[in-house]
Amino acid sequence: MSQLGNSADVIVIGAGIHGCSTALHCALRGLSVILIEKDHAGRHASGVNAGGVRQLARHVAEIPLSNASMALWHDIENLVDDDCGFTSDGQVLVAEDEADLAQCRARVDDLNLRGFHHEEMIDAKELREIVPAVSETCPGGVISRRDGAAIPLRATQAFKRKAQSLGVDVREGVKVTKVEPDGAHWRVVTDAGNLVAPRIVNAAGAWADRIAADLGEPVPLEVIAPMLSITAALPAFIKPVVILRGRKLSFKQFGNGTVLIGGGYLGRAIRDENRTILDWHKLASNVRTVWELFPIMRGAPIVRSWAGIEARMPDDLPVFGRSARHEGVYHQFGFSAHGFQLGPGAGAVMAEIIATGRSNVPIDGLGIARFATQAGSAAHSAR
Amino acid sequence: MIAIDDISALSSHYDLVVVGAGPAGLSAAARAADLGLSVLLADENPAPGGQIYRAVTTTPVVQRDILGEDYWLGAGIAARFERSVASYAARCTVWALGPDETSPGAFELGLSLGSKARMISAAQVILATGAQERPFPIPGWTLPGVMTAGAAQIALKSAGIVPAGRTAIAGCGPLLYLLAGQLAAAGTEIVAVLDTTPRANWAKALAALPDFLRSPYLAKGLKLMAKARRSLRFVSGVTGLAAQGDRQLSGVRIVRGSTAETLACDTLLLHQGVIPSVNLASAAGCALDFDETQHAFVPRVDAWFASSVGGIAIAGDGAGIGGAESAALRGEIAAFDAARKLGRLSEAERDRQAAPFQAELTRRLRGRRFLDLLYKPAAQFLAPPADETIVCRCEEVTAGQVRDAASRLGVTGPNQMKAFLRCGMGPCQGRLCGPTVVELIAQTRGTTPAETGYYRLRPPVKPVTLAELAALPPTDEATKAVVR
Ligand SMILES: Cc1cc2nc3c(=O)[nH]c(=O)nc-3n(C[C@H](O)[C@H](O)[C@H](O)COP(=O)(O)OP(=O)(O)OC[C@H]3O[C@@H](n4cnc5c(N)ncnc54)[C@H](O)[C@@H]3O)c2cc1C
Repeated sequence: MSQLGNSADVIVIGAGIHGCSTALHCALRGLSVILIEKDHAGRHASGVNAGGVRQLARHVAEIPLSNASMALWHDIENLVDDDCGFTSDGQVLVAEDEADLAQCRARVDDLNLRGFHHEEMIDAKELREIVPAVSETCPGGVISRRDGAAIPLRATQAFKRKAQSLGVDVREGVKVTKVEPDGAHWRVVTDAGNLVAPRIVNAAGAWADRIAADLGEPVPLEVIAPMLSITAALPAFIKPVVILRGRKLSFKQFGNGTVLIGGGYLGRAIRDENRTILDWHKLASNVRTVWELFPIMRGAPIVRSWAGIEARMPDDLPVFGRSARHEGVYHQFGFSAHGFQLGPGAGAVMAEIIATGRSNVPIDGLGIARFATQAGSAAHSAR
Repeated sequence: MIAIDDISALSSHYDLVVVGAGPAGLSAAARAADLGLSVLLADENPAPGGQIYRAVTTTPVVQRDILGEDYWLGAGIAARFERSVASYAARCTVWALGPDETSPGAFELGLSLGSKARMISAAQVILATGAQERPFPIPGWTLPGVMTAGAAQIALKSAGIVPAGRTAIAGCGPLLYLLAGQLAAAGTEIVAVLDTTPRANWAKALAALPDFLRSPYLAKGLKLMAKARRSLRFVSGVTGLAAQGDRQLSGVRIVRGSTAETLACDTLLLHQGVIPSVNLASAAGCALDFDETQHAFVPRVDAWFASSVGGIAIAGDGAGIGGAESAALRGEIAAFDAARKLGRLSEAERDRQAAPFQAELTRRLRGRRFLDLLYKPAAQFLAPPADETIVCRCEEVTAGQVRDAASRLGVTGPNQMKAFLRCGMGPCQGRLCGPTVVELIAQTRGTTPAETGYYRLRPPVKPVTLAELAALPPTDEATKAVVR
């Protein structure tokens, strides 16, 4: 810890990909930053997620942030001096039947009208060229060609290291227990002493509702534990990430041949113990879909299954932007199981808002104010 | 004993599931069944015995003096278990252990048998998963022709097979001498026993010598050592080893202080002691501590071998190395406590019945500390100094890569290391590299293994196929509720 170590221009709470990215971008703008993490950087959602860098099938409210992020992902090594294991082989959404396909078409048309062109329809023939192993009955799908995947913990720690090299004071193993006003500033109370700053960023992931509650802005955050499984290495058979429209499945084969299977099936999170409990019956449903769609996978050994602790908002959209009540308070959490891709861009936009008061990237619909009316009823959020 | 050879023959619930059919598991299961508990003993091997008494009921090695009288003690333990009413599932892998979300306090276990998987529940669990050999990473240890001494012993016990050609055995620890003796008796051509016991350890172990001199280990140990020394070429004070050969082992380079020589051989057996096999315990959330004397991560247990997770006990070498006799006793003691927890024994009755076993255990463990201190491997065999030495065999990660990530990328623990090098992410789940990776990180960062921590293990603890998992019968909460 440095000697003048208890104040800075900005204090960021939580060193997931979001906290690390915001800290880095604030430093790039010349702000002094303290980044506080109760465990180690990337210990939670940001280090154990599926690594999907996906624009495909995102809610329109997130697309501008996602676009900003994608530009950074494609030049990630220049930003953080590490390629983060990022590869871009596209992501494909498979329609399992004609009804699925019609929905896909409606979605792509809608995006085009709004001026977004990253999603394109593909027919059965192209689908099978790109995803040769997929079952014969699937009539087509949607592709987002610039999508890909990265290695989550490596990426998060690369942001941390780059931030550190630019002077960010990163304090791991330090827990924020309370935030409160201190004159015109904010006092951040930790188990290793008090810190003060004119601006604070709440990037505390699945614990962010507690910080928000301290600030008088309670939110109905649900703590979830999405599960993933990975197989032993198999011969290469698929390049892009594949997701299904109807059933819950996401599917990615890495360069080393291992296949990651996800789909948003939930285990149980015990956030105060940093622990998750798997639900094998749900994992069985998850792999049953693979069994049906990719016969070549049937004999593959599953070598690991796990879950991460993540924050979900009722509308599946993040809470992003200024506090609705306080000067100098910013929220960046609730990424609802799809925030990894958003990390690089969200940090850049947040730093811009902090430093300049505004950003050209629209974030309408993501503010914490949308939960203000429910403030009273939010007490049920999992404590 | 009720043999279960089809997974559908398992009950959906047991009072107690014991994992591992070595001396600890066999004794725990037999005792618990005698106390009236419904018991399942599950083990991945085809026959009871565990590591030490492997195949004791089926081995083709019938000439008793080859494996030695201690081995045949296992037959008695197995026979007693066979007389009990416990169920026994051989060739059955337990790949998951966690809380049963439908029944507070109980456990859900994932099992595979005959290419079928199933989830069952248990009120109590005793893990008797024993020990594994401590990894022994030297340059060239992945060459064909190099294997662990334990693997050679498995081949001998279960199939009567001995290593081919000129065989060198290297390392330290009581099992090294035992195995050398067994293999020699079975006809292996042993060209040398290369002893890596650090000379400096004698001084450290001296304080524990008086206990050892009064211990049952002594007579046995001396006998083994004397036998090995008498009949075999013994090279002591070995400070460096490298397996040599182009695609196939051709010899071993031996360094003793400032001198070096190369010994031609066709097989090199490596062994530097055993450490608790902690994967299932750790995946179940049981806390581990680093035991300085045994120099290994050991699950935290109380006097009844209860782990930090209420309802899971860990008996035998899986909770700290103590040897076969102590393992059997620890199994008994854990079973008494399981019966008490299930209300089948009062606390007083448990204490009374367990007392003689506890007294015998104390006697059996006397002298252990001396062995642990004497045979603690030298630093260069725990954290290989040569950068090119492979550490993680599954992902082919070298010692140099681990050191580099620990210093340049600031990686502070083995779980983070996975993301950078993938070590510990292969099918062995870190069994073969965990201790070495921890050692290298600690050494590079100037911390201790205790501060560095161990891999967070993730289930399935043993791989299950996608088809097995996909075919898991759907749960039926309603039937479950009625059954209980
Ligand atoms: C299994 C799984 C798969 C996923 N797959 C994908 C995917 O493929 N693509 C995608 O885009 N997204 C994916 N996600 C979602 C993505 O991982 C998350 O949305 C994203 O990582 C959230 O980042 P974060 O920085 O907000 O949160 P986190 O990474 O959880 O970081 C928050 C940090 O704050 C710390 N903290 C909390 N409270 C305090 C306190 N009081 N004091 C100090 N520190 C504190 C925590 O310890 C934590 O490290 C997945 C998530 C999971 C769980």
